[in-house]
Amino acid sequence: MLRFLLRRIGLIIPTFVGVTLLTFAMIHLVPGDPVEVRSGEHGIAPERLAILRHEMGLDQPLWKQFLHYEGQVASGDLGTSVVTQDSVWTEFIQLFPATVELSVCAILFAIAVGLPLGVIAAAKRGTGFDYTLMGASVTGASMPIFWWGLMMILVFSVALGWTPVSGRISDQFYVQPITGFMLIDSWFSDDAGAFRSAASHLILPTIVLGTVPLATVARMTRSSMLEVLGEDYIRTARAKGLGRFRVIGVHALRNALIPVVTVIGLQTGALLGGAILTETIFSWPGVGHWLVEAIQRRDYPVLQGGVLLVAVLVMLVNLGVDLAYGLLNPRIRR
Amino acid sequence: MSKNTLAAACALLLLTGAGVGAGAAQAKTLVYCSEGSPENFNPMINTTGTTFDANRPVYQRLIAFKPGTTELEPSLAERWEVSEDGKTITFHLRQGVKWQSNSRFKPTRDFDADDVLFSFDRQWKDDNPYHKVSGGGYDYFNDMSFPKMLAAIDKLDDHTVRFTLNYPQTPFLADMAMEFAAIQSKEYADALLKAGKPELIDQEPIGTGPFEFVVYQKDATIRYRAFKDYWGPKPKLDALVFAITKDPSVRLAKLRADECQVMPYPNPADLPAIRADANLQMLQQPGLNIGYLAFNTQKKPFDDKRVRIALNMAIDKKAILDAVYQGAGTPAKNLIPPTMWSYDNDIQDFKYDPDAAKKLLAEAGLPDGFETDLWAMPVQRPYNPDARRIAELMQADLAKIGVKARIVSFEWGEYRKRVQQGEHQMAQLGWTGDNGDPDNFFVPLAGCAAARSGGGNSAKWCNQQFDDIVNKAATLIDQKARAQLYMQAQVIMHEEAPFYFIAHSVVFMPMRKNVTGYMMSPLGAHDFSNVDLQ
Repeated sequence: MLRFLLRRIGLIIPTFVGVTLLTFAMIHLVPGDPVEVRSGEHGIAPERLAILRHEMGLDQPLWKQFLHYEGQVASGDLGTSVVTQDSVWTEFIQLFPATVELSVCAILFAIAVGLPLGVIAAAKRGTGFDYTLMGASVTGASMPIFWWGLMMILVFSVALGWTPVSGRISDQFYVQPITGFMLIDSWFSDDAGAFRSAASHLILPTIVLGTVPLATVARMTRSSMLEVLGEDYIRTARAKGLGRFRVIGVHALRNALIPVVTVIGLQTGALLGGAILTETIFSWPGVGHWLVEAIQRRDYPVLQGGVLLVAVLVMLVNLGVDLAYGLLNPRIRR
Repeated sequence: MSKNTLAAACALLLLTGAGVGAGAAQAKTLVYCSEGSPENFNPMINTTGTTFDANRPVYQRLIAFKPGTTELEPSLAERWEVSEDGKTITFHLRQGVKWQSNSRFKPTRDFDADDVLFSFDRQWKDDNPYHKVSGGGYDYFNDMSFPKMLAAIDKLDDHTVRFTLNYPQTPFLADMAMEFAAIQSKEYADALLKAGKPELIDQEPIGTGPFEFVVYQKDATIRYRAFKDYWGPKPKLDALVFAITKDPSVRLAKLRADECQVMPYPNPADLPAIRADANLQMLQQPGLNIGYLAFNTQKKPFDDKRVRIALNMAIDKKAILDAVYQGAGTPAKNLIPPTMWSYDNDIQDFKYDPDAAKKLLAEAGLPDGFETDLWAMPVQRPYNPDARRIAELMQADLAKIGVKARIVSFEWGEYRKRVQQGEHQMAQLGWTGDNGDPDNFFVPLAGCAAARSGGGNSAKWCNQQFDDIVNKAATLIDQKARAQLYMQAQVIMHEEAPFYFIAHSVVFMPMRKNVTGYMMSPLGAHDFSNVDLQ
């Protein structure tokens, strides 16, 4: 087990270097730099442009800039935003809890709804319910998030008035960030109604972000269940006279869950991609929103640091999934 | 007994409940769905309207723009005098102006000359301890040529400051009303420097304005409360909240749900629906901007003014306004917008007349037309909602007179750079005014100095007569005399036709019906100091 763990961790380092190199290369391929971008129609005098670029180190050859950046990261410094002059790490820490809160809610929602639906579809294979559900899940998995989010807002917030439009909490409340997780902070705040407000603000973004993983989880559960339901031991269990619920809910589901766990792990990465769009629609102050802004402003340090941190996170989640899988399935521990 | 206690408790509860309710109703909070996050809280350093808006409640300047206009009025300076030669401007500062406070800083004195000196020295002088704080790129201070223009700033006494210029420059006064000329507290700066946290001056701002900064939750909200010691008319709102909402459709949804009461920059496609909504009202005003097509007058065949005029007659402006601006634009015939003083309304725009255009081309020796490029920027700008679509319409019109135009585009930064270098034959571009002074349009967009490679004159047009007039106008103090000169300049410009003027876009501000006192600024500023909620 230890060797397995070490090997997995060992793989992280080259991935890490690869990610920094790739991000670095990509943003430098995009024309324009932070100085030019902010100058707008005014333009900027060539002498001033040269001075500012020199101050930011942008006049160095690219490989030098990259090595400098790698050295900086290796010593734990992610740099400072060229726009706000705040350290990248400070900004990330301020915004990251919002993304985590939303992503966790979305994945829980996807599991809570997708898993039972997948099980029922498998149990009722070939019925109208099965076909409807699978049709809906194809639609769900290919749903354009931007359109979906706006539709949800128009229906539930504007037309029906059931949910708030956007943001994390109603503007009448000011909750001092302690953990950064609005649900937790508002729970402990003195304002009555703050928690309710925070929870209601989570509903639509959770559904929108959770839609794609929900569809994926439902489909995966269904097919994995179908496979398991065809196994001999299920027939044996049935022959023993066990109840339908016990056969499906206990004997089949447990074994069917193994691939589903992997899919949930993989969805975490996809979830962060979806979070960028969801956060933009719902004005959710998380890292997705932040990275989009950094691209527009060519805020290199934020973009590099932010992508790096997100990549590390995805790697950690995948490592966690690998480990969990290793625990569940001894055959892959070699 | 117990019944009585219960009744009393209930009554008390009801009373306090009512009290709380009444208190909540009395606190008037306006939520503004702002379009983006401010870069920080210092209008000297950043140049975006979003950051200016976030600083406007807090900071003030010596001179202000009269609400709803580009005219100047006293603000932190009660009055000022300009010397005969136009090179010395003496400001008499308002007395009894209080500084705001926060948890780190309680002011011990009122606003005075030291604050003015500090605020300009910070931007101007390398040895000022704050010069490099927060990145220290004072773009506007540099763009408006302050380092070249300023000779000295002197404190004559606690309430009098003298600015000495190297050359007379009347637009200087309008510059002083611009956001970058904000006045920061020297006492606060000193205190922060002593505490070793100078950067906080640009994160937790202290100003003299109608609202105090309370807190900024990154990318989410900015909170302000009314400043009770404000020297001017007390704001009618108790609190102001900026709810940062980037997507225009979501902003509108929030406005409809009454989650915010005012929003900027609606989607053009949503305008009819906003007008139809009984709970909303919409203010509108022509923006202080111009969208144009520049002919590169240093390249053939555009060095011939007959060709430029022919093209001006060949393009159907009305079709562009109808198809692309969709009611959010007014046709342009001059470089400056009609809301600006000195606008020459007597100028007759070229009539759309392809036959006459063709004849004129033949006169210029091009009876069969010619081939050219036609540049379209890849992004939406305040003055041009869809350059690509406009280029297509122009291309079709030009084809009718035998001119084959090839549409060209580059990434936005690259596009500007290449146009400024004069690589194009015809390019669309535009401008949004900074300070409401005509000089701010004529000199950077059509002056000879800007016609050099890399300069902002994208027609690369240098007409000595025009240039002399606009440069002279900048040195005169009398506004009437200046206006006359600018009118002459517009006549020359019309005759020479270095540009095809497309439109001045119209700016819309949707808001709830119960919002009163909001006044649109021609400069695009969003100001809530006189706003009330009914």
